[in-house]
Amino acid sequence: MSSQSTEQREGTKGAAGVLDPPSAKPQSDTLEEDRETLLAMFRQMLLIRRFEEKCAESYSLGKIGGFCHLYIGQEAVAVGAISALRPDDYILTSYREHGQAIAKGITPDAVMAELYGKATGCSRGKGGSMHLFDAEVNFLGGHAIVGGQIPLATGVAFASKYKETDQVALCFFGEAAVNQGAFHESLNMAQLWKLPCIYICENNKYGMGTSLERAMSLQNVSEKACAYELASEFVDGMDVLAMRHVTQRAVKRAREQSAPTLIEARTYRFMGHSMSDPGKYRTRAEIEKYQERDPIKLFTAALIENDILTDKGIEEFEAEIKEEIEHAVRFAEDSLEPEPEELYTNVYANPLTKD
Amino acid sequence: MAEMTMRDALNQALREELARDEAVFLMGEEVAEYQGAYKVTRGLLDEFGPKRIIDTPITELGFAGLGVGAAMAGLRPIVEFMTFNFSILATDQIINSAAKMLYMSGGQFKIPIVFRGPGGSAYQVSSQHSQALESWYAYFPGLKVVMPSTPADAKGLLKSAIRDDDPVIFIEQERMYGMKGEVPGDEDFIIPLGVADVKREGADATIVARSLMVPVALKAAEELEKDGVSCEVIDPRTIRPLDIDTIIDSVRKTNRVVVAEESHPFCGVGAEISAQIAERAFDYLDAPVKRVSGVDVPMPYAKNLEQLALPDYEKLIQAVREVSYLD
Repeated sequence: MSSQSTEQREGTKGAAGVLDPPSAKPQSDTLEEDRETLLAMFRQMLLIRRFEEKCAESYSLGKIGGFCHLYIGQEAVAVGAISALRPDDYILTSYREHGQAIAKGITPDAVMAELYGKATGCSRGKGGSMHLFDAEVNFLGGHAIVGGQIPLATGVAFASKYKETDQVALCFFGEAAVNQGAFHESLNMAQLWKLPCIYICENNKYGMGTSLERAMSLQNVSEKACAYELASEFVDGMDVLAMRHVTQRAVKRAREQSAPTLIEARTYRFMGHSMSDPGKYRTRAEIEKYQERDPIKLFTAALIENDILTDKGIEEFEAEIKEEIEHAVRFAEDSLEPEPEELYTNVYANPLTKD
Repeated sequence: MAEMTMRDALNQALREELARDEAVFLMGEEVAEYQGAYKVTRGLLDEFGPKRIIDTPITELGFAGLGVGAAMAGLRPIVEFMTFNFSILATDQIINSAAKMLYMSGGQFKIPIVFRGPGGSAYQVSSQHSQALESWYAYFPGLKVVMPSTPADAKGLLKSAIRDDDPVIFIEQERMYGMKGEVPGDEDFIIPLGVADVKREGADATIVARSLMVPVALKAAEELEKDGVSCEVIDPRTIRPLDIDTIIDSVRKTNRVVVAEESHPFCGVGAEISAQIAERAFDYLDAPVKRVSGVDVPMPYAKNLEQLALPDYEKLIQAVREVSYLD
C-alpha cells in the first residue's frame, strides 16, 4: 500500500486482458497519514460497502425502484480520491455514485431516502439512484448518460477559474465513457484553457457486459491523455492510499497551476452492472481473482500490520455502521413520499405566467 | 429609439447584459477574434476581453456541456451556435443536462444559460444548414424557446433570456439579421418571455406566425385587406411557454385561424397550436385550422426547389382565403 503503485506501466495482464498495476506491496513502512485520517478512511469504505449491501437487499425487496448500480469493489477509488479534496471542492459523477455521494458528505439517511423515492431524499425524491445531488456539499450529481458529466465538470472547473475561487472539480466516470466524444472534447478544452479539473477514470474493465478489450482500441486509458498534452497518472484503484496520493498530486496541480489531470484507476466491480445483471459475461474465477484484492481487505491488512486497527476495532466499526445503516433504512421507510404537487415544481426556476 | 438592424439590436443586448453582470460570458465558434460568423458579436472581444468573450474549438457537445456546468457553479453563460444546425451535436447536454438539472436535483441547481444563434431557412445552403428546430426544443419541459421577429423584440427578449434563471433556446432567423426597425436605447428595456404580441389587429381571420413568417404574414395581411379580409397577426415570440391565451382570444374574435411556420408540419409547433385551439376554442371556429408550413422534405439546394419548399405570402393568402371560404 503506497503511492509506488501509481505511475507505473509494468504489471500483469488482468482477466480481461488489460494491463493491471502491480499488486500492492505488503505494508511495512510507517504510513504517512495520521491515525485519525486512516481510520476515518477505513470507516468510510466499510460504511459504503455495508450501505451498498443493504441497497441490494432493499432492491430485492422492491423498496428501491428503477436502476440500481452498486459500487462494491470500487470503494478505494471514491474514498481515496475524495479524501484529497477540500470540502468546498466539487464532484460530478456517473450513475454508480452512492459511494461517492457518501464519501463527499451526503448522509446515508439522505441517500437511502432518495433511493426509496422519499421527499427527504437528497434530490427530494425526484432524482433516484442515478441522480443524487447535494448543493450543501458541492455534490453536483450523478449523471446517467455515459460521459455526460465530463463536459459538466469541465464547466464547473471553468467557473472556478473564472471566479478565481481555487476550487477544484473532480469528475468520476467509467472506462466506457472514454469512448464517448464528450470525454475527448472535454480534455481538449480543459488543457487548452488550463482548467482545474481532475478526471478520474474508474476502469473496472467492463462497460455493462462488454469487456474493455472488445470495446477499446488503446486500452491503457491514461495514455490517451497524451493526445491533449494532459498530465496523467495510472494507479491501483484497489489501493486507497495510492488513490489518495495520486489525487493529492492532481489537486495540487489543479489548485496551484490550474492544470487538469487524467487519472486512470484500475479497479473492479464485484457485483453486476446493475441489480438486473446476471453477469454471464465473466467467470466466477475472474471475480474471485479480483476479490483477493478487495480494497477493504487490503486496507484492513495494512492497518492491522501498522498497529492502527485491531480486530476489536473492526468489530466496533461494524457495529456502529450497522446502526447507522439501520437508521438510514428506518429514516427512508418513515419518510413521506413527495407531495403530489411536487410533480410540477422545479421544472423552471422562473416559471412564467402572464399574470 | 434608433433604427438598427436585428444584428445590431442583438449586439446591443449582449453588450448591455455583459456590462450589467460580471457572471455573464459568451462563448462559441468565431465569436471573438473573427467578430462572429454573422457579426452579431462584433466588437465584444475588444470591449470585454478574452476572459468573457471566448472562441471555442468546433466541439459543440463539449462547449454546450461546459456552459451548463459553468451555470451549475453560478455563472450565466451565453453559448452561441454558429447555426442551430450544429446544436444537434449538443442536444444531449441541452436536453439531458440543461433542461432537467433543476428538476432531477429537486430544485437545487438552476441553469441560467442562453443557447443562441441563427436558425430556420437560409439562402441556398441545402439540407444540413437550412432547417427549423424549434419544435425539438419546445418539446422539452425545462427549456424555454424564444424566436424574435423584429429588432426591438430581439433586443428586449434576448435581455430577458440572459436575465432568466432557466435554459433558454434563442433562435434568430438567419435571413433577418439585416432587417431594420426602431429599437429602444434604454438599458432597462426588456420584453418578458412568454408574452405574445399582436403585430396587427384584425377582425376576420387570425394568422399565428413567428420569426421570419411574421413579416410574411404582415405582407399577406396587407394584400388581404384589399380583398376586404381583415387579418390579425399574432406573434407568440416565446414558443415555450406558449401564450396560448392571446391566440385563443384572437380566435374567439375572428373565428378563423391560419398558423404559418417555416418548419416541417409533422409534429411541429403549428400542430401543437392547432391542437390547443381545437381543445379550447373548437366552438368558436367557423373553419378548420389551417397550417402553412415548410414542405415535408429536407431542404433542397436548387433555387427554384428551395422556393417551393418554403412557405411564402402567396401560400399564406391562399390559406386565409380558404378558411374564409372566399374561393
